[in-house]
Amino acid sequence: MAELTYLQAISDALRIEMRRNDKVFVIGEDVGVYGGAFKVTLGFQEEFGPWRVIDAPLAETAIVGAATGAAMMGLRPVAEMQFADFVSCAWDHLVTIAAKQRWRAGTPVPIVVRLPSGGGFSGGPFHSQNPESSFAHIPGLKCVCPATPEDAKGLLISAIEDPNPVLFFEHKHLYRRIKAQVPEERYTTPIGKARTHREGDDISVVTWGAMVYTAEEAAKQLEGDGISVEIVDLRTVMPWDKAAVLETVRKTSKLLVLHEDTHTGGFGAEIAATVAEECFEDLDGPVRRITAPDTPVPFSPPLEKAFIPQVEDVVKGLRELAEY
Amino acid sequence: MAIAREAEPVGSLNEVREAGLDREDLLGIYRNMLITRGVEERGHILYRQGKIPGSFYTGRGNEAASVGVAWAMNHDDVGTPLHRDMGVHITRGVEPWRIFAQYMGRQDGPTHGRDGNVHMADMQLGLLAMVSHLPAMLPVAVGCALSFRIRDERRVALGWFGEGASARGDAHESMTLAGTRKLPIVFICDNNQWAYSTPTYLEYATEHVADRAQAYGFEGVVVDGTDVLAVYREAKRAIDKARNGGGPTLIENLTLRMEGHAVHDDAFYVPKVMFERWAENDPVERFRSWLRDNVGMTDEDEDEITAGVKKLLNDALQRAEESSMPDPSSLLEGVYATPEDLDTPHHK
Repeated sequence: MAELTYLQAISDALRIEMRRNDKVFVIGEDVGVYGGAFKVTLGFQEEFGPWRVIDAPLAETAIVGAATGAAMMGLRPVAEMQFADFVSCAWDHLVTIAAKQRWRAGTPVPIVVRLPSGGGFSGGPFHSQNPESSFAHIPGLKCVCPATPEDAKGLLISAIEDPNPVLFFEHKHLYRRIKAQVPEERYTTPIGKARTHREGDDISVVTWGAMVYTAEEAAKQLEGDGISVEIVDLRTVMPWDKAAVLETVRKTSKLLVLHEDTHTGGFGAEIAATVAEECFEDLDGPVRRITAPDTPVPFSPPLEKAFIPQVEDVVKGLRELAEY
Repeated sequence: MAIAREAEPVGSLNEVREAGLDREDLLGIYRNMLITRGVEERGHILYRQGKIPGSFYTGRGNEAASVGVAWAMNHDDVGTPLHRDMGVHITRGVEPWRIFAQYMGRQDGPTHGRDGNVHMADMQLGLLAMVSHLPAMLPVAVGCALSFRIRDERRVALGWFGEGASARGDAHESMTLAGTRKLPIVFICDNNQWAYSTPTYLEYATEHVADRAQAYGFEGVVVDGTDVLAVYREAKRAIDKARNGGGPTLIENLTLRMEGHAVHDDAFYVPKVMFERWAENDPVERFRSWLRDNVGMTDEDEDEITAGVKKLLNDALQRAEESSMPDPSSLLEGVYATPEDLDTPHHK
């Protein structure tokens, strides 16, 4: 075991895969000499050379499109979007080609697109978004949103191994803030399996990404009041671990879904609808959603604080549910 | 003012021999052009009979451009042909009966009824299935070329687009990446002068689409797309150059789309005189005359080829009509790939 930040765990996974499989290569803006905007690939070009750590022109369509073509030819591209927000420029290639090629033409497209996502540092409307729900809606894509260093490493290795296009959402706010013991050897974390972050009996919180820590703070605050909160970290939103969600709801009979993405049509809506359909009889209260409001992500700190769900918002929501 | 090189027509038989084509090749090219046109003519009949769901698209007028380029590809080269490029599928070896099955949404079409018309391709033959968003396959072709460069393979990718699609950003990004990295790719622009109803002067402001190549750091060539031998010569030259590390080329094959955008479109917006002028340069007829004048193709040769094509297409139609419709219960299969799906020649 070694103590790694969330960011170091991502680098570690990528380095392990590049060392063991020469089909794996990295393409993105400033990933080579500069080591990536967040330094995930720092030192990679020295180790693997300029044709496995490829500095691309500022052209997200070409980056994801070329990754798709290279994957069809048998390579395992890992494309980096400098910020998740810029994946909008590559939407067509993910949604029109990569997602559908297996189903309609029998051609698998094993690519990973790394997406530094999320807010909390005044990144403004174009450097802070969490677009996972948009892609979770597209049949053929997988969406991975790790919260811990250990999961970041294991899920990235799984994503690279996976024969499908996988969007790997790495939360920027966790990059250097979160540190933990991570196994040094190679291991995989299954895509589609949730993790119980905290055991509890009274209310379940289902969440993912940086919101796992917001939920944890809220749960700690409620401990003193005798409210026991279970936190399920979904880890991947497509596929999502429906069985784990239904199980925790059946255990506690109350559910709060928490996400940093905006409200309407966010993935929380899918979870709430599924719970209503499949374990209505087990519920002792309405399914509650706490999410960002339906606005672009604001820049100025007080506005951004009002946008991103805060610990006190979650505490309030949990109290209301507890009293219901 | 034109920047791109304007390719000369192919004149003498010597020139053709120098390009590596013997009499058998030449008759083979002619045969493929006849099959290409025949498949689409039969498709029209199927459509009128109500056997083709949705719409129906053809590449009439593009037979020389598509067959000529495909004939210049090596066995292990790859490409992303579009809906006017039936000749590429035929030349790479896609069997016509599977194309008819595809048209009719049958189980034995390459997409098993999951996608229609020319949205198909056989990866075993080095072809990647197109999507409707043009030219979205260009960056994918660039990625194929990138993989060849990464692995130091002497293979070339071909990416097709039209003059309409040249307006989209994908074309620019693809040529930028291919140019900066000098990738082994040839961009083929099927310039058939009409993007649905939009004429060329509303799609690009240069004289030729190929003029843009200079801006990306490689050569652009404009070719008479009705001259199959000129198309072949320029494609071969560009493919060889790419294979030898010389980087990309943009070839613009100038033709006229001799029918509407799709079967529902009567192309009223195309001046009649334009159709008449280009009909005089029909690529199939033009090559037929050349073969009679230059390699002594006789009536007997022609009858033999024509009868062979007719039988091929008759048999193909019959076999396609015998193919069943897809089973609705299969709808959910294969949305996600399994590790076994990677057991292909490309992924080993």
